[in-house]
Amino acid sequence: MSTATAMKPEAETDMSWQPLCTKADLVEFSGIAAWIETAEGPAQVAIFYLPGHDQELYAVDHHDPFSNANVVARGIVGDIKGEPVVASPIYKQHFRLKDGSCVEDDSVALRTWKLSFKGDEVGIEV
Amino acid sequence: MTLSHSQDAKQKLIIIGNGMVGHHMVEQLIERGATEAYDITVFGEERHIAYDRVHLSEYFSGRDAESLALCASDYYETNGVTLRKQECVTKIDRDAGEVVTEQGRYAYDRLVLATGSYPFVPPIPGNDRAKCLVYRTLDDLDAIREAAEDATTGVVVGGGLLGLEAANALRGLNLDTAVVEFAPRLMPMQVDTEGGELLREKIEDLGVQVLTGRATQEIVDGEASFHRMVFQDEKVLETDLIVFSAGIRPRDELARDCSLEMGERGGVVVDDRCLTSDPSILAIGEVAVWNNSIFGLVGPGYQMAKAAVATLMPGEDALTFSGADMSTKLKLMGVDVGSIGDAHGDRTPGAKMFRYLDQIKQQYRKMVVSSDGKRLVGAMLVGDNSYYDTLMQYYDNGLELPDDPASLILPSSEGAPTLGADALPETATICSCHNVTKADVCASIDAGATDLGAVKGDTKASTGCGGCTALLKSVVDHELEARGVEVDKSICEHFALTRQEIYDIVRVEGIKTFSELIAKHGASQSRGLGCDICKPAVASILASCFNEPITDASHIPLQDTNDTFMANMQKNGTYSVVPRVPGGEISPDKLIVLGQVAEKYKLYTKVTGGQRIDLFGARLEDLPDIWGELIAAGFETGHAYGKSLRTVKSCVGSTWCRYGVQDSVGMAIKLENRYKGLRSPHKIKFGVSGCTRECAEAQSKDVGIIATENGWNLYVCGNGGMRPRHAELLATDMDEDTMIRTIDRFLMYYVRTADRLQRTSVWRENLEGGLDHIRDVVVDDSLGLGEELESQMQTVIDNYECEWANAIKDPEKLKRFRSFVNDARPDPDIIMMSERGQLRPA
Repeated sequence: MSTATAMKPEAETDMSWQPLCTKADLVEFSGIAAWIETAEGPAQVAIFYLPGHDQELYAVDHHDPFSNANVVARGIVGDIKGEPVVASPIYKQHFRLKDGSCVEDDSVALRTWKLSFKGDEVGIEV
Repeated sequence: MTLSHSQDAKQKLIIIGNGMVGHHMVEQLIERGATEAYDITVFGEERHIAYDRVHLSEYFSGRDAESLALCASDYYETNGVTLRKQECVTKIDRDAGEVVTEQGRYAYDRLVLATGSYPFVPPIPGNDRAKCLVYRTLDDLDAIREAAEDATTGVVVGGGLLGLEAANALRGLNLDTAVVEFAPRLMPMQVDTEGGELLREKIEDLGVQVLTGRATQEIVDGEASFHRMVFQDEKVLETDLIVFSAGIRPRDELARDCSLEMGERGGVVVDDRCLTSDPSILAIGEVAVWNNSIFGLVGPGYQMAKAAVATLMPGEDALTFSGADMSTKLKLMGVDVGSIGDAHGDRTPGAKMFRYLDQIKQQYRKMVVSSDGKRLVGAMLVGDNSYYDTLMQYYDNGLELPDDPASLILPSSEGAPTLGADALPETATICSCHNVTKADVCASIDAGATDLGAVKGDTKASTGCGGCTALLKSVVDHELEARGVEVDKSICEHFALTRQEIYDIVRVEGIKTFSELIAKHGASQSRGLGCDICKPAVASILASCFNEPITDASHIPLQDTNDTFMANMQKNGTYSVVPRVPGGEISPDKLIVLGQVAEKYKLYTKVTGGQRIDLFGARLEDLPDIWGELIAAGFETGHAYGKSLRTVKSCVGSTWCRYGVQDSVGMAIKLENRYKGLRSPHKIKFGVSGCTRECAEAQSKDVGIIATENGWNLYVCGNGGMRPRHAELLATDMDEDTMIRTIDRFLMYYVRTADRLQRTSVWRENLEGGLDHIRDVVVDDSLGLGEELESQMQTVIDNYECEWANAIKDPEKLKRFRSFVNDARPDPDIIMMSERGQLRPA
């Protein structure tokens, strides 16, 4: 659903759209990892693609705070009571894709970013 | 209470006898902390530590002394109990308070006689000839085995419980076997004339000759065989070997010699506390006479042992022995025989009977009821013991019989009747092996157990003979429901179905993708995404049924990370790689390739427990190159990452080993290549040993195979790991084709009926009917599923393809192996350090 229509007013000056990959690089109902540039420096993000759902693209930290390994993109995507989540492939904690919060431990959260398509390109707003 | 004993103040407790009952007493003493108060010494005359005499005949069908042992060889030592094996007590000196052996004298403060019994040999002229043997100890069995070496026929004198056990043992040695019984029928204590006749038919159908009403007059030299037995009617029977198993007599000579009070027909008289006429001496088991009775079963012996411990360790529970029920449920040569209470109806004045006889199916059932028809006082079963548990509950708890009591023994289309769990009183014994009552089960549930497994773990119920599994399950389910706990077997919130139900749906409807399954059968609120519970479970089911490559686009989002990348993720996000090494056999050039690949990609190498080599620390983006090199050298994927067949471990077998009787390596390779790629509810491990020394540790595997002189013995449902469990013998002396067919069926039946992530050992423990049920289905094909299971296995085998070979030729699939979609450089956070000459995560 989220094609390149929902253009935010780019009033904030530091708001920019970084292209990351193409639609063909995505894996349906699963994740891939990418590097992005942020104000704090380079970061690894996990990108999930749920075609046909209200929100099709999600980006959260690739870094798993429980194992300290960069593996979140390799977890299984699912939903808990309707909320899309990813399960860490190491110790199986679940993170909500919408806000990065951890289902098992509410003191822990992944950072999230906003992704969108521009044509065939997938980009991130940082 | 505080223990103020100094080391020397400990009392000296001596136990004479290290049989099953003597050993049970030691276990109870240790459990109660008796070693704080007593220095305990046990004398046993045999070479072996206490072993399971109930299953003695299995000694000839694959089990050895070690596996029959009731405890680990260091159990006594570890727990501070002195065991003096092969030291026979010859005298009790009551005045000095000492026991005397050939090696010395030992002082005692308290003494326990657990000397058991010896086999009765009828006073027949010629009973002392060579090859006239008895059946009681492992040494007796060795003697029988030796005598059987040049024998073709064997006779057992005695057609009771022990006699039929002995006959089974002779059959196990491939002797033409006959049973000679003095009484007019087999098992005269347990069954009546009609039951005995049916039992005879069933035993004869197994190829054992049955001669009843025969008194042997003498044994002389035979003409065609070693012995000739002459009967009272001058008829004769020739045989090479005779085993006497005509009852037992208490081994009471020590007690007699020191003038303890004896029973009229032998045995040491004891009271409710197991005390003899000398209060410093106790007696338990088959040497003891209580209320004029000797109890020749292990259950009452254990109860005496517990009472004796209570006598020695006075505490809050003044447990005493108050007699024991002699009801038994047996399987003799595969024939069910059950006897409850007053089975003959000759001890209950005015008793009335119900009887049912089916000569086609060879089943006989009898109920003895009180004169008013309201209570069950006894029962007798031949041919089908599934009626036993319910009858036993009516008998044991004195429950009022239903309006139509005959329904309890009549056949019905729903199988044997079961007693509603709610009808049982709190005191009802559910598991007699571990003496667990319904109240104990309820207490476990009240303490938080929410399923059968947890109750079993808490109470040990149903972990002995397993005969009460069905009853326990119904009690647990009933009690959970009564507490408002909904017994929800749904796999997760996305499917209101069990794994087994999903499996059946996939099979029947031919559903090949997760999206189709969840669209058609998902729970109503499901958004179609599934979760990390149902997705891998469904992926496994789809693979078990159709065996399509797991990396196909429709299957890839279902897989755990290990299956997705076909390698095992380690704690730092790198992977380990395990190529298949079938049977653990590997050529030098292949070994060299493994070394070269490990060196090139800087991998840590370790030999696994499954006889292969694990290469650790592979980066995601290196996996395709690593596999390219391994495949080029002839390796295949080892599925170390999958819930699937892992390895078939083997010993070196007859090709090299002096003791091997079959080619275990060849068999292991054949089996590994047959079942590789089979995905299942959990991982599956095999072992193949080339002889009974069992160097491949096959009895700790899901499927274990041990070579015999005549073929292969098949063991199933073993496990190492967290909760070790010995595999159980499913079938013996099979040829290769029969064995493979049996394994096909066994594995597919497991795949079909197990829960997700349930190993075969847990599956078997939860399966109603246990091992017998598995044997019925996969060996005897009682459900008529055999062909279907075999053809389903054949489909999996026919569709096998190395997953790595499949992925490597597909650039689309390889795209997943990039660490980052927009940068080819490796993850800089993976940091290694060096240890013992190899790399490991920092």
